[in-house]
Amino acid sequence: MRRFSLFNATSLTLGFAFLYIPMIILVVYSFNKSKLVTVWAGFSTKWYGELIRNDIFLDAAWVTFKVAVMSSTLATVLGTMAAIVLVRAGRFHGRTLFSGMIYAPLVMPEVITGLSLLLLFIGIGMDRGVLTIVLAHTTFSMCYVSVVVSSRLVSFDQSLEEAALDLGCSPFQAFRLVTLPIIAPAVISGWLLAFTLSLDDLVIASFTSGPSATTLPMKIWSSVRLGVSPEINALSTLMIGVVAAGVITASLISKRTAVRQQREERAAERTEAA
Amino acid sequence: MRRLVLIAIPYVWLLALFLVPFIIVFKISLSDTELSIPPYTPTLDFSAGWAGFKEFLAGLDFENFVWLTEDDLYWKAYLSSLKIAIISTVLTLLVGYPIAYAMARAPQEWRATLLMLIILPFWTSFLIRVYSWMGILSQEGYLNQLLMSLGLISEPLIILNTNTAVYIGIVYTYLPFMILPIYSALEKMDESLLEAAEDLGCSRFSAFWLVTVPLSKQGIIAGSFLVFIPTLGEMVIPSMLGGSKTLMIGKVLWEEFFSNRDWPVASAVAVILLLILVIPIILFQRNEQKQREAEG
Repeated sequence: MRRFSLFNATSLTLGFAFLYIPMIILVVYSFNKSKLVTVWAGFSTKWYGELIRNDIFLDAAWVTFKVAVMSSTLATVLGTMAAIVLVRAGRFHGRTLFSGMIYAPLVMPEVITGLSLLLLFIGIGMDRGVLTIVLAHTTFSMCYVSVVVSSRLVSFDQSLEEAALDLGCSPFQAFRLVTLPIIAPAVISGWLLAFTLSLDDLVIASFTSGPSATTLPMKIWSSVRLGVSPEINALSTLMIGVVAAGVITASLISKRTAVRQQREERAAERTEAA
Repeated sequence: MRRLVLIAIPYVWLLALFLVPFIIVFKISLSDTELSIPPYTPTLDFSAGWAGFKEFLAGLDFENFVWLTEDDLYWKAYLSSLKIAIISTVLTLLVGYPIAYAMARAPQEWRATLLMLIILPFWTSFLIRVYSWMGILSQEGYLNQLLMSLGLISEPLIILNTNTAVYIGIVYTYLPFMILPIYSALEKMDESLLEAAEDLGCSRFSAFWLVTVPLSKQGIIAGSFLVFIPTLGEMVIPSMLGGSKTLMIGKVLWEEFFSNRDWPVASAVAVILLLILVIPIILFQRNEQKQREAEG
């Protein structure tokens, strides 16, 4: 049996302490009674109450949620299409440019993406608001989705699709009945990734939104400039909680599908053997 | 036909919302600043046809780029971004390597959990993770409180709004990018190589240095690029944790755009940042390709 050596145990402890202590402090101090964030004055949930009564935060949260749902759904559809094109469509004119445009946004500084999209929206005279943020978020998160989905597409057996086509499926039916169920876990995690990317984004949203739409990160940004505040701590705690719940649910779902798949495979092996 | 539609939809989307905007940035970087809406000139007038296009081209020049080289604010910002990005990449490597190493040498049944714990912060808001350090590093913050109560210091340290805080912020937020590739390189390593090295007379330290480190080279390179590339254009961390003296090009671009409303200069800053980034991005891709070939 392997055990942790003293050195390894120490570096893991220090490493995880470094990664998690700042967030733990944030969560703990969101329940602080005092207005002074760094002085503990007893337990209280009053900052959560303040937060719920604060219309500006509620509006921003609603805008952020709308943008995230719309852009991640659009990005999942477009990103999955792009992944299929990358993995299955073979050669076509402009393929290099296409794959370049898929990978470039992943390494592009956000300030440049944001600036360029803003200049586009102004150039074509589009009013900035929820719609422009959705367009911007869709564009960069579809690239993440397509990377996630294409890695799944590469690894699965293409002959399954061919069999469906041979058995009389139309290409669309073959996609819906064979390909989609197989790549579904990747599509779902792509959607989740796009959703969190959108929830999280400050820079691109700031460039592409107008006065009519303020997202939560933009609101946090403008209040944080004035220093640490207990309300922001409470808000951050809620956001951390939502994300943690989401990640845990997603990992439970993927674990269950993995178990089911294993069971089906084993059943299939047994029937083959018999 | 169906294949064409499948290709065309994402293709057109990316052309319209990724490539065309870049061309616009490039074009505006060659324009002059104007006090009008939009605040630059010339603007392309499609109704004037070819003559209009020629006139438009004649109005473009490299004035903004010349101006960038003359004003030393920009030089300093590019150089200091490079410096900050290099130093924080090295720091992240120094912090990340022991963690990745310990994860790869952990008992098998622990590894999935450890990996999950490294990935989890990725899902939490970047902004919140940076924000959490403001309360720790400020003058009356938790770190100073702790150090003073332990009697290690008598006066609070000034960390927030300095470059030190920026380094801490970058190492903190980009650590998982460094750990994951190094971990995956170390995990594949055959440990009997270490035993062989020790049998052949290496000390444990020199075995680590001569066997483990070279075998994890690909992971180190990949991780370093994954930290270096986004750090170079970073805006949030220097603005939140850094001070007025912290110069980083992402922050300069942001201020040029939102405070000074000088679009042509902001665009020129963006074009040069992109040119600087092209080199590490190409090197990174070559490294990835080499790795794939080595595996395939």
